[in-house]
Amino acid sequence: MSTPLVKSGVEPMVKAEAVHKSFGAAHILKGIDLEVAPREVFCLIGPSGSGKSTFLRCINHLEQINAGRLWVDGELVGYRQHGDKLYELRDREVAAKRRDIGMVFQRFNLFPHMTAVENVMEGPVQVKREAKAVARERALRLLDRVGLADKAANYPSQLSGGQQQRVAIARALAMEPKLMLFDEPTSALDPELVGDVLDVMRGLAEDGMTMIVVTHEMGFAREVGDALVFMDDGVVVESGHPREVLGNPQHERTRAFLSKVL
Amino acid sequence: MTVPSDRPEKSSPPPPEDAVPAAAATPYEAIRAIPVRHYGRWVAAVVVVVLLGWLVYAFSQGDVIWSTVGDKLFDTQVLKGLWHTVLISVCSMALGLVLGVVFAVMRLSKNPVTGGVSWLYIWFFRGTPVYVQLLMWFNLSLIFPVINLGPIYKNDTVAVMTPFVAALLGLGLNEGAYMAEIVRAGIQSVDEGQTEAAHALGMTGARTMGRIVLPQAMRVIIPPTGNEFINMLKTSSLVSVVQYTEVLRATSDIGSESGAVMEMLFVASVWYLALTSVFSVGQFYLERRYARGSLRSLPATPWQKVKANLSTLRRTKVA
Repeated sequence: MSTPLVKSGVEPMVKAEAVHKSFGAAHILKGIDLEVAPREVFCLIGPSGSGKSTFLRCINHLEQINAGRLWVDGELVGYRQHGDKLYELRDREVAAKRRDIGMVFQRFNLFPHMTAVENVMEGPVQVKREAKAVARERALRLLDRVGLADKAANYPSQLSGGQQQRVAIARALAMEPKLMLFDEPTSALDPELVGDVLDVMRGLAEDGMTMIVVTHEMGFAREVGDALVFMDDGVVVESGHPREVLGNPQHERTRAFLSKVL
Repeated sequence: MTVPSDRPEKSSPPPPEDAVPAAAATPYEAIRAIPVRHYGRWVAAVVVVVLLGWLVYAFSQGDVIWSTVGDKLFDTQVLKGLWHTVLISVCSMALGLVLGVVFAVMRLSKNPVTGGVSWLYIWFFRGTPVYVQLLMWFNLSLIFPVINLGPIYKNDTVAVMTPFVAALLGLGLNEGAYMAEIVRAGIQSVDEGQTEAAHALGMTGARTMGRIVLPQAMRVIIPPTGNEFINMLKTSSLVSVVQYTEVLRATSDIGSESGAVMEMLFVASVWYLALTSVFSVGQFYLERRYARGSLRSLPATPWQKVKANLSTLRRTKVA
């Protein structure tokens, strides 16, 4: 059915083994196996409802998986294993693990009652207990990196969608994550604003950040991606290098999907 | 960004003609038409003014000694009652706020017991008249003659349940039930994505509530809370039933002694209006504070409006 993406040699950043997830009677993920190597840009594509966003949310335990195993950087997600018994992690422990995983949402989810720079500072100050002055300095540097140095004092409602999403990326980067999750980061943007966000992501990829990107931007996947998975109906249908999968799809479902979006 | 700002500064004179974009400068001939005459509006205005004039006339001819209203407005007894009204309203509201947040969080918790208890509290204290609740607290000694907390504290209920305590518990617990529903609605109005974003940064549940959810919920919570407080100022007039002498009791006592019944009711009304006006202004500034980020520009305070008007006046004089 699905081809497990197993790379030998390096310790994977993310590893999934037969991951299942249901919401009540709806069986969303039906056994996902894959590996994401460090410094890799890993793209997830597929029709809506195929489970790609759900899988992404399982990686930082925003959703709890029902079966299988999921590791991030060698550690189980959401559980601790003693012998053959699994123990659920406490709220505090789950929170501690999420510090190292940045997430960027389709709808930005910036904190509307804080300015751009306050949004970026919030994680380091509140979670890492960093001094405000230090956090502010880095926040300003990050805003500069995403091209928004002059918008630091603006509230999210005063920014365009593309600017908000770039602030959201800076906010995630402020925690100095080892892994970044992107959940359709450009889907809610006007077409002319997509480029700025993709440029920032391209820059991150060049700096060697491990990224998992759920996207409909096939151009980005082809140019920047190192690996690509096509998901449909809760399973991995096809996987490989983006240029191969997008250029020469082997499965009928992949071909049908690509013919609609390309 | 290096986009040159060609928008005129707030107070600078209008830009010269050539700065206006070409499209806007195209001359046009304005439409000249005879405006619709709204005769109905004139008739309505006249009717309303006549009725209002008649009402003022009726009051001026009534058996009211207006000078008494002025004389008694700052009577020591009245001022003492006024202070009691403010004191009991503020204390009860504070108690109500604390209880409201506690019961709202309990109601939303995953624990079915705390959720159920919260539901029961709201059901009882919102479902019975505050007048009845005040009387129940006042007569608590009929059920619990002695308050006994083991070795820590022991006293007769009658001694503990002073008029102030009975009034505080009666108003405060009643208010808590309403505030619980207001706070719950506020918390639930915050988008779930906010909680997810906070969790994704590594915040725990409690920190997410305190830093992200509650500050945003405040926007929804404050307007009805202001309403509640203004209601509270007026509902506090009921606590005379537990022998607490607030402003209405103080004024009506003078009224029944001196026979100036209506005059003293006017005195009470003047003070209630003064209190509610003062606290409405406070509410405006509080709402403005929590509107940060949700509005592109905050509404001007009355003072800012005055200043803006003055500065334009001055400028036109100079020009």
